Amino acid sequence: MSLSRRKAVSSLGATLVAIALRPMRSFAGEVETLAAIRALFGEKPMQTGRVALQLPSLAESGNLVPLTITVDSPMTETDYVRRVCIFANRNPRPWIAAVTLGPKAAKAEFSTNMRLSGTQDVIAIAEMSDASLWTAQANVLVTVGACDSMLMRR
Amino acid sequence: MLLLAASPASGDSPADAAKAGRRSGYEFLTPPTQQLQNDEFANPGMLWVEAGKALWSQREGATHKSCADCHDDAAKSMRAVATRYPAYSKEAGRVINLEQRIDRCRTRRQQASALVYESKEQLALTAFVSSQSRGLPTNVAIDGGAASSFERGREFYVQRRGQLNLSCANCHDQHVGAHLRGDTISQGQVNGFPIYRQLWQTLGSTHRMFAWCNEAVRAEPYAAGSQEYVDLELYVRWRGRGLPLETPAVRR
Amino acid sequence: MAFNTRIRVPATAKAGEIVEIRAMIMHPMENGFRVDTQGTAIPVDIITDFVCSYDAAEIFRVRLEPGLAANPYFSFFLKATRSGVVEFAWTAQDESVTTASAPIEVT
Repeated sequence: MSLSRRKAVSSLGATLVAIALRPMRSFAGEVETLAAIRALFGEKPMQTGRVALQLPSLAESGNLVPLTITVDSPMTETDYVRRVCIFANRNPRPWIAAVTLGPKAAKAEFSTNMRLSGTQDVIAIAEMSDASLWTAQANVLVTVGACDSMLMRR
Repeated sequence: MLLLAASPASGDSPADAAKAGRRSGYEFLTPPTQQLQNDEFANPGMLWVEAGKALWSQREGATHKSCADCHDDAAKSMRAVATRYPAYSKEAGRVINLEQRIDRCRTRRQQASALVYESKEQLALTAFVSSQSRGLPTNVAIDGGAASSFERGREFYVQRRGQLNLSCANCHDQHVGAHLRGDTISQGQVNGFPIYRQLWQTLGSTHRMFAWCNEAVRAEPYAAGSQEYVDLELYVRWRGRGLPLETPAVRR
Repeated sequence: MAFNTRIRVPATAKAGEIVEIRAMIMHPMENGFRVDTQGTAIPVDIITDFVCSYDAAEIFRVRLEPGLAANPYFSFFLKATRSGVVEFAWTAQDESVTTASAPIEVT
């Protein structure tokens, strides 16, 4: 793996500054997402790359949004993905799932379905066996259906 | 695709339905949702179909009989059954739908407790029986004993109701393809029922759908299993004659 | 309380072959935000953990959150090493466990 493009990006710090500078309206989920990430990984730098998110760019129902995550890793006894943490930064509770893989997992790829309460970013952070962190995110446009309200969810 | 050897007068084929412009709700879905319906494992509705398969062989009631004891292999005995319902029942003296037909078997033949509408057991058995007709064209009879029920259903369909004063036809005939926020209005066909509706996050029956639509226009809904909804269901199925069954369909 | 499950494990595989495993459980995954007809929030009720084991090791483990869809579905991969049983376990928030398993023959 080439190290020449490695960027020690402290995305945590950069995003916190961005949040502080943004205009009035902010989403509790975004702040909670950062807090959850910090609680997990501290101030550790995260590099973008190696993680690929596959999800629809437009979801016609927020209740079922398919997600496939692939991490570029040989998955050997010494070089594997330890876990992948998934967040949706504008959900009322940003945690989606924490997936533990490990060397016995043949392939660093899995699929599941999420609930997204609205248009937002889905963020995945992969922790490798060497404790390095890699991240990727993708935006999903979630459309609201006809007659869709809390009342009509029954 | 295999079709019935002898079809009654109203026996439209899927090609006839397509030519007449009848379109399944499937065509109004985004591709990821269509893929979900096509995926035999990932389709969440299959959870109920499999639960129904287990119930099919379960001995119930005072007679300690299962569906299989009389009806044997569902793939053979239940094939094309769901395409004909709602249907006139001489025994009941009125038109009944598939859910009610299954329930009559349960209470009268098995002498077991009645199935509660929208319960997991009822949805599972209905989905299992309906899925035996997957791919076969909707083919309900609207003559003879079913004629008056059909007329009532047709009247219901065009009757404005609710605070929004809308009829089924206003959206599903006159504004098909238009948008209601993010939704594209479909023809309101029922060839996929019981459906896994993403909004409900569970499987749901035609009557749950009718009640939802009625509430959406701020009209008082009728009870599940009511004759009004059975009549409406008969009309709506006839309206979609020829469309192949897709149970369990996935919808928004 | 056991819930309905569906699993897909290939019946046979060659040694070293990577195969797809799929699993789903019927569960509402109540996220605590839905309301009943009286307007009262339905309490959180979720499956909290899912684990798949094969050949004396955990292959895939998930800590589920309410942000996952109802009737949680997972697809993942394992490498066929020896004939045995692939085992699945879902733990609900009341600590009850639902299990399923399927054999795999490795040639």
